[in-house]
Amino acid sequence: MAKLILDNNMAAPDDVYELLTELHRGLEPEQSADVNARLILLLANHIGDSEVVAEATRIAREHLPPAPELKREI
Amino acid sequence: MIKTYEFPEYPYIRSADQDAGTAVRRPVVIGGAGPIGMAMAIDLALHKVPVVVLDDNNTVSFGSRAVCYAKRLIEIMDRLGVGERMMQKGVTWNVGKVFFEESEVYSFNMLPEEHHRRPGFINLQQYYIEQYLVDRIQTLDEVDLRWKNKITALSQAEDCVRLTVETPDGPYELEAEYLVACDGANSDIRAMCGLTSSGQVFQDRFLIADVIMDPKCFPPERWFWFNPPFHDGQSTLLHRQPDNVWRIDFDLGWDADPEEEKKPENIIPRVKAFLGEDVEFELEWASVYTFCCRRMDDFRQGRVLFAGDSAHQVSPFGARGANSGVQDTDNLAWKLALVLDGKAPVSLLDSYTEERLYAADENIKNSTRSTDFITPKNEASHQFRDAVLNLSRNYGFARSLVNSGRLSVPSTYVDSSLNTPDTEAFAGRMMPGAPSTDGPVLRNGQEDYLLSSLGNEFRTLLFVDPQNLPTDADLAQLQALAQAELPVYSYLVSPQPLDIALPQGVELLVDSLGVVAERFDGQPGTCYLMRPDQHVCGRMRRFDADRVIAIQRKAIGH
Repeated sequence: MAKLILDNNMAAPDDVYELLTELHRGLEPEQSADVNARLILLLANHIGDSEVVAEATRIAREHLPPAPELKREI
Repeated sequence: MIKTYEFPEYPYIRSADQDAGTAVRRPVVIGGAGPIGMAMAIDLALHKVPVVVLDDNNTVSFGSRAVCYAKRLIEIMDRLGVGERMMQKGVTWNVGKVFFEESEVYSFNMLPEEHHRRPGFINLQQYYIEQYLVDRIQTLDEVDLRWKNKITALSQAEDCVRLTVETPDGPYELEAEYLVACDGANSDIRAMCGLTSSGQVFQDRFLIADVIMDPKCFPPERWFWFNPPFHDGQSTLLHRQPDNVWRIDFDLGWDADPEEEKKPENIIPRVKAFLGEDVEFELEWASVYTFCCRRMDDFRQGRVLFAGDSAHQVSPFGARGANSGVQDTDNLAWKLALVLDGKAPVSLLDSYTEERLYAADENIKNSTRSTDFITPKNEASHQFRDAVLNLSRNYGFARSLVNSGRLSVPSTYVDSSLNTPDTEAFAGRMMPGAPSTDGPVLRNGQEDYLLSSLGNEFRTLLFVDPQNLPTDADLAQLQALAQAELPVYSYLVSPQPLDIALPQGVELLVDSLGVVAERFDGQPGTCYLMRPDQHVCGRMRRFDADRVIAIQRKAIGH
């Protein structure tokens, strides 16, 4: 099972970072959010492995309080 | 009232039990004569269990309600004797189209693989299936269906459930060795047992508008719109039913007033905005609904068993309500029959919860995911949803993410305690716990299907060919299995007719296309044991009667 790579995996990290920031040049916040959503979907599909994506989603929000419990009695 | 269907009115008939003076004890009482309760009753009758069905009403479902019936439900209904009638009346559909904003983003064809008796789905109003089930029940001496009989109190004793039943003639007492609660999402029986069903409520309302139109207007396809221009950007579903009726489902949002939205003067403009001013239609039936995904923690409390919406409830996306409810009764009927007959331990009933809770969780998960895609719950989910739809116009991967309902397929009970795990290697999907696939066969020289040949009893499928015929010793053992106290009948599955004499309880299925052997990875010598509900119990590469008996013992809860 593949693991999320957390050491540098980019041959040209500055190039990649520039691509990500340049992507949003001149966009309104709403457009940026749309573009980010598309980008995440494209990259998630490229990764494919849901365990790798799961690990990335966990780290992406580990600094925030956990999601509230969904289940409730009805 | 609706125009395309006349509701039957079934008579209240006073039962002898009401004049017995003391409470009469029945083996099984079923609360609720909807599709689930009636399927349960017919299934038990096929196992020769006498059953009383109590329903507080005296007709079928008012309104079309559950309209989408999946392949597995039709196969179960074939076993119960109403599948063919459903097929005759139902609309078969395979094409689905997805629209986003102004335009179609893609279409898909659900055409299942070849060589199955039944299609992926048919659409049929719920009242038809109920009517067919009532008609079928009337041919069965074992079922006593009592209209206008309402259970108003119950208590559980050591050896029975005591019921108080209200009728137009006043109340009477009745006892049941087992009570099956098929009384719907707001189950009174569940409440009388002090039990709850818990889960997630969705803050959303949907409007169903059934309209009658000229069939030239739309093909028999499932069309789903996300953010359509004609409906304030909220999702809309169009689906064809028999009698030139179309189901239109409008997402209304949480703030909609259900009473106002139900009024024809508010519905008609919505439909017109959708169909166009010049399409003629008549409004047939309308309903505003909310939904939730929830289930009980256990589908059995002593001698009371819960099936269908009383046990678990899903959102309508994916057609998993009625479809999964009938799979509950498919699972429960043979187990209850064996327990009542003293041929299986009472603990077999716990496997009903085990297997159907697993299925309920699968259904709830799928239906929750569809609901979250159709009605995103926050801004980020909305952005992902719209991004998926936009990307799906041009990029294939995104189409796999579009979720307008993952339509009902039966669960494979992967980890069921009734399964005997494989000890040899097998390919394909027919693993222990899986519902049987189908395939064309010749049986007694007649064209038939595997699924029409299976069910109601334990049966082996022993794959043979002319070079690998069963030995005389094998045939003697197969005959002994068929004569056991809990019989195991057998099919020899052969690619061509065989010129050998078969003992009683052993029949030949000719699999001339080789489809059955391929789907079961049925190399010659391979033997499967199938349950009465057509699920696989276990399998082996070389027939061994002792292993068959051991697999069967495990499958009945030993």
